Amino acid sequence: MTRIDAKFAKLKADGKKAFVAYVMAGDPDYATSLEIVKGLPGAGVDVIELGLPFTDPMADGPTIQLAGQRALEGGMTLQKTLELATEFRKDDDETPIVLMGYYNPIYSRGVDRFLDDAKKAGIDGLIVVDLPPEEDDELCIPAQKAGMNFIRLATPTTDDRRLPKVMTNTSGFVYYVSITGITGAAEADAGDVAPEVARIKRATDLPIVVGFGINSPEKAEAIASVADGAVVGSAIVSRIGKGEAPADVLAFVKSLADGAHRA
Amino acid sequence: MADDLFNSFMNGPDERGRFGDFGGRFVSETLMPLILDLEAEYDKAKDDPEFWAEMDDLWKHYVGRPSPLYFAERLTDHLGGAKIYLKRDELNHTGAHKINNVLGQILLARRMGKKRIIAETGAGQHGVATATVCAKFGLKCVVYMGKHDVERQAPNVFRMRLLGAEVIPVTSGRGTLKDAMNDALRDWVTNVRDTFYCIGTVAGPHPYPAMVRDFQSIIGQEVRWQLAEQEGEGRLPDTVIAAIGGGSNAMGLFFPFLDDPSVNIIGVEAGGKGVDEKMQHCASLTGGRPGVLHGNRTYLLQDDDGQILEGFSISAGLDYPGIGPEHSWLHETGRAQYVSITDKEALEAFQLSCSTEGIIPALEPSHALAHVMKIAPNLPRDHIIVMNMCGRGDKDIFTVAKHLGFDMSDTEGREMD
Repeated sequence: MTRIDAKFAKLKADGKKAFVAYVMAGDPDYATSLEIVKGLPGAGVDVIELGLPFTDPMADGPTIQLAGQRALEGGMTLQKTLELATEFRKDDDETPIVLMGYYNPIYSRGVDRFLDDAKKAGIDGLIVVDLPPEEDDELCIPAQKAGMNFIRLATPTTDDRRLPKVMTNTSGFVYYVSITGITGAAEADAGDVAPEVARIKRATDLPIVVGFGINSPEKAEAIASVADGAVVGSAIVSRIGKGEAPADVLAFVKSLADGAHRA
Repeated sequence: MADDLFNSFMNGPDERGRFGDFGGRFVSETLMPLILDLEAEYDKAKDDPEFWAEMDDLWKHYVGRPSPLYFAERLTDHLGGAKIYLKRDELNHTGAHKINNVLGQILLARRMGKKRIIAETGAGQHGVATATVCAKFGLKCVVYMGKHDVERQAPNVFRMRLLGAEVIPVTSGRGTLKDAMNDALRDWVTNVRDTFYCIGTVAGPHPYPAMVRDFQSIIGQEVRWQLAEQEGEGRLPDTVIAAIGGGSNAMGLFFPFLDDPSVNIIGVEAGGKGVDEKMQHCASLTGGRPGVLHGNRTYLLQDDDGQILEGFSISAGLDYPGIGPEHSWLHETGRAQYVSITDKEALEAFQLSCSTEGIIPALEPSHALAHVMKIAPNLPRDHIIVMNMCGRGDKDIFTVAKHLGFDMSDTEGREMD
């Protein structure tokens, strides 16, 4: 059982929905980023999605693209991202960390070496945007063998014919992408999301969290109420991008978490 | 080789879209169902004589194919060695080989009922070809072009707009071809249901590398019969040479000869200011290593952390940090040889083509010609080189003038064609 499995079991026992927060590792710089990440559990975050910076984030909108650029310009790397997680783990052995990003930095390091190092750094799960089930041999299967959750994205275009394939070789939770599009672009609609979550529920017993297009406490509450949790990324990252102090960023995160937890 | 099916170089890719270790389908889940639809549709079209009849008709009457295979006599005499033929794909409608592929993809888009076409472009040749074919078929066309390229390829931007396309200057990242491809993929993921992404080269997720290669293979197929016509039945080229950015004109020329072991195959990458540790070049094979970008595994320019580097080349059309996956495979298997040519060498070749043959070449094939200049003098008279003259140089005269120190300020803005 990973920290992710334990967390969702506990949330279920408490009758609570999950609040998942995304931040880019090293944005705007290593120290500030570490301070924000360390503050996330206290702000009510159940699962941390830690963005791994990449030069070519094909599925991300301008907000997260710029966050990645800020991080890379500040010298962030995969190595430093793992160091940030290690640093976080010194005080927190409970909050799951999901590393989210693109395959090339991982491939470049070598999958086996990466999995070793990521485990040691206290990473619990992976979301790799450009690895669909068709490429499971690359990282998904080795990661699960190494005891790490490999979290799948399901989308509005994942039809019933394809859904069973997407729900194979996965664990932890399912990340439902509420819109066809990039991060931070359109707004999610709870009315559209509810039947989709129900559809995916028929194909899996895993918890389903919903992300993309959630930018306010109200939206987090509305979406969490029709799923097992809500993810917010761009709305938090855009405040970091504006140079808000970590305390202010975390106050906003808390308002989002409270929203999701009201659901 | 051709006798042994298992050793054929022409069977790729496999069912997972792999050429050896290269290729694949590294895309987000949102795009995956569409990619599978596209593959199914292409598989159907590929075996449909009606599809190819329509292609042949358009190639003949709209593009002007077959393009001539031209014996470059003065160039041959000047270099004093191998006999040099130029495959004149620069004479195609829109001025480059790009339209060969665009027609195929647009016919496919029509079969799939897609009404909106998006494309990325570097030098603007693929953008112009896509805008052209969209105008012909009354389809909406959106072209993503790096801001930097919009500035250095102004004539092509104006052409696309005249043809009714919307040209979106890309400012994300550093505003180059790679970023244009990122933004095109972002558009596609957003408008996946009504939009067809017309990729301009033999890269991207499967089935694009194979599909674009198949559409471009008309180049090499024509060379086979045209050379036999001029040099006698059964005569094959001894060497085929083409420039490589993503590698579609090269793949089109090379593919029909892969199983003819007597044919040397040489791809020419853009060496920019020189292939060294400064990385001011676009030579993915000679200066990069395998990685995953834009839907496929292939050789990429990248740093130790797996972050993608910007290419550097005088030619906007070669300015891409990757290369088609089939080239990566041909490189690793040794079936093809890959070399690089610097900006300076390409500029010399550009001028030689103008002065000896009266052909103003694009900067892209100027790279191929520069390598011909290196090898031809040392080859015997009966050695036949076929080089793909894949684009004309009208679009490049401003860039070339600048590098040669020629003041074009009083002629700027005048129509060039």
